[in-house]
Amino acid sequence: MNLEHVARIADLNARYADAIDADRLEAWPDFFLDDGRYRITTAENVAQGLPLSLIYAASRAMLRDRVRALREANVYEAQSYRHVLGAPLIANVETGGLRARTSFMVARVMRTGETMLFATGYYDDRVVLDAADGARFAEKTVILDSRQIDTLLAIPL
Amino acid sequence: MNIHTAMRQWPAEGLTRVPYWVYSDRALYDEEQERIFRGDTWTFLCMEAELPAPGSFRASNLGDMPVVVTRDANGGVHAFENRCAHRGSLLCLKERGEAREIVCVYHNWTYDLTGRLTGVAFRRGIAGKGGMPSDCKPEEHAPRQLRIALFAGLVFGTLGRNTPPLEQYLGADHVARIRRVMRAPARVIGGYSQIIPSNWKLYIENVKDSYHASLLHMFFTTFRLNRLSQKGGLVVSERGGNHISYSMTQDVAGKEYEQAGLRSANEAYALEAPDMLLKSVDEFGDGIGLQILTVFPGFVLQQIRNCLAVRRVVPRGLNKTELAWTCFGFTTDDETLAELRLRQANLIGPAGFISMEDGAAAGFVQRGVAGAPDALSLVEMGGSGTASEESRVSEAAVRGFWKDYRRHMGL
Repeated sequence: MNLEHVARIADLNARYADAIDADRLEAWPDFFLDDGRYRITTAENVAQGLPLSLIYAASRAMLRDRVRALREANVYEAQSYRHVLGAPLIANVETGGLRARTSFMVARVMRTGETMLFATGYYDDRVVLDAADGARFAEKTVILDSRQIDTLLAIPL
Repeated sequence: MNIHTAMRQWPAEGLTRVPYWVYSDRALYDEEQERIFRGDTWTFLCMEAELPAPGSFRASNLGDMPVVVTRDANGGVHAFENRCAHRGSLLCLKERGEAREIVCVYHNWTYDLTGRLTGVAFRRGIAGKGGMPSDCKPEEHAPRQLRIALFAGLVFGTLGRNTPPLEQYLGADHVARIRRVMRAPARVIGGYSQIIPSNWKLYIENVKDSYHASLLHMFFTTFRLNRLSQKGGLVVSERGGNHISYSMTQDVAGKEYEQAGLRSANEAYALEAPDMLLKSVDEFGDGIGLQILTVFPGFVLQQIRNCLAVRRVVPRGLNKTELAWTCFGFTTDDETLAELRLRQANLIGPAGFISMEDGAAAGFVQRGVAGAPDALSLVEMGGSGTASEESRVSEAAVRGFWKDYRRHMGL
C-alpha cells in the first residue's frame, strides 16, 4: 500500500464532497478532466451488466450544463447534503493514475429540517494524479446500494 | 357500492372537480385495491424481455398484492400471488432470477412455475407420526392465479373475472401507439425506482396532465430547446382511463437543437453541450419526438426521442408510491443508437432534466391538501369533457382518469 496514494485520493474526494455539501456546485466540474466521465447508477444495474445511468456525463461541459440546469431551470425544494466518506481502497495502480473505491453515506437535509439517510454506496474512481493543476477524476462512477431514490436526485452525489 | 363509498359524495360539478379526500382516505385506498387493482383492470407486470428463458421469474405487483411472473419450461408466461398457501409467507424473495420450482423458505412447500402447489414437506409426517390429516386439501389454498395477456412484448395481468380482453381494454388507438414504440424485440438497458411521497393517483394525474409539461419543467424552455408551437395532440380513450399525449419534432435530424444552441449562444441561458445530451434519430420514421401513453390504472409507456421506458406505478400506502422505471432499447440497436439512449436517459428518472420535478410536485399536493379533505381541485383547462383534442393545454386526460376511476369505484 502506498500511503501517499491513499492520502491523495482521500483528499480529492474530501474536497469534492465539501464542494457539493457547501453548495459550491460551480466548482464541481473542475474536479474532472475535460473529457472526464461521471455516472450515477445502481448496484442492481451493475450486477446485471446493464449500462443505464441516473446521470451520465461524458465531458466536463456536460457537468457544467447540469449545474446550469440546477441553477436556472430545474425546480426543487431547497435541500442540502452531508457526505460522509470511507477510507479509499486503492484497487489498481495504472499508467498515469489510480483506480480507487470509496464508500459514502449521504444525508439529505430539507428546508423543513427533515433529515434522512438519502443514499449509500461507493465511488469507483479513476484518478489522474498529475493533471495540469493537480489530481483530477478521469472517471467517477457512483454506485448506489439501493435501487430506490426518494422523490428526486437533483444535487449530484 | 359498499358502505364506505356510499358515505362519500362526488361533487355535483362532476369531472371538473376532484375532492381532496380521494388522496387521504385510508378506507378508500383499501377499496381501490379491491375494486381497481384486484378488479376488472389490466396491470402491467413486466416486459417479456425480463423473462428471457424457461425458468425465468420476476417479482411484480398487482397494487399492494405481490405477484411472481414466471416463464415455464414450454415458454408460457404465468403470474400468481407471491403468497404461500400455508402461512402466507412470500414465496419468492428475489427481484428476478431463474428457478425450476418455487420453494417457500418458511416450511419448504413447493410450487411449479405455474404457481401450482406440488409439495408439502412432511405431509404424511415422519414414521407415521405427525403430518397433515388426509382430508386436508392445501391445494385449495394455493396462491391466486392471474389471467395473463401478452402484447407487443409487454406482460399484463388481471384477477378480474370480467376484465375485457386486453386489446379491447387498450382500445385501437393504444394498440397502434404501443405497437409503434415496440417496433422490435426489446432489450432492457436498466432500471431504478423513484419513491414518490404521495398517493398513487397524484402521480398518475401528473402523467396525464399535459398542461403542466412546459410550465413545471423549465429545462427545455429555459435553454430555448423547444418550440411551444410544436404540433401534437391528446388522445383520451372512450372510458377515459387510457391516454396518449404526443408532439412532433420539427426537424427529425435534431438540427433544431443545434440551431437553438447557436441562436442562444449569445444569450445568458445556453447549454454548452446540447448535442451531447439531445442528439437523436427519428427511429420511428414519423417525426413524433415525444409520446407519453398511459393505461388505467398504473402503466406508463414513454418515448422521449430515443429514450424509451416503461413505468409501473405501485401504491405503497396512502402517501407513498413506488415508480418502477425500466428503460429499454431493441436487440437490433447499433452502438450509436444504444449510446444515444443512454445519454438521453439524462432527461428522465429521479435525476432527469425534464422529469425530476414530477415526484416532488405530487408530494407538494399531498402536503398542501393535508388540512382540506373536503376542498376541491379545479380541473377545467380545456373545458369539462374528456374528448381527444389537438391542444395539450388541456386537462382532458385527467378528467378521463376520474371518469374511469369513478366507474370502477361506484363513486
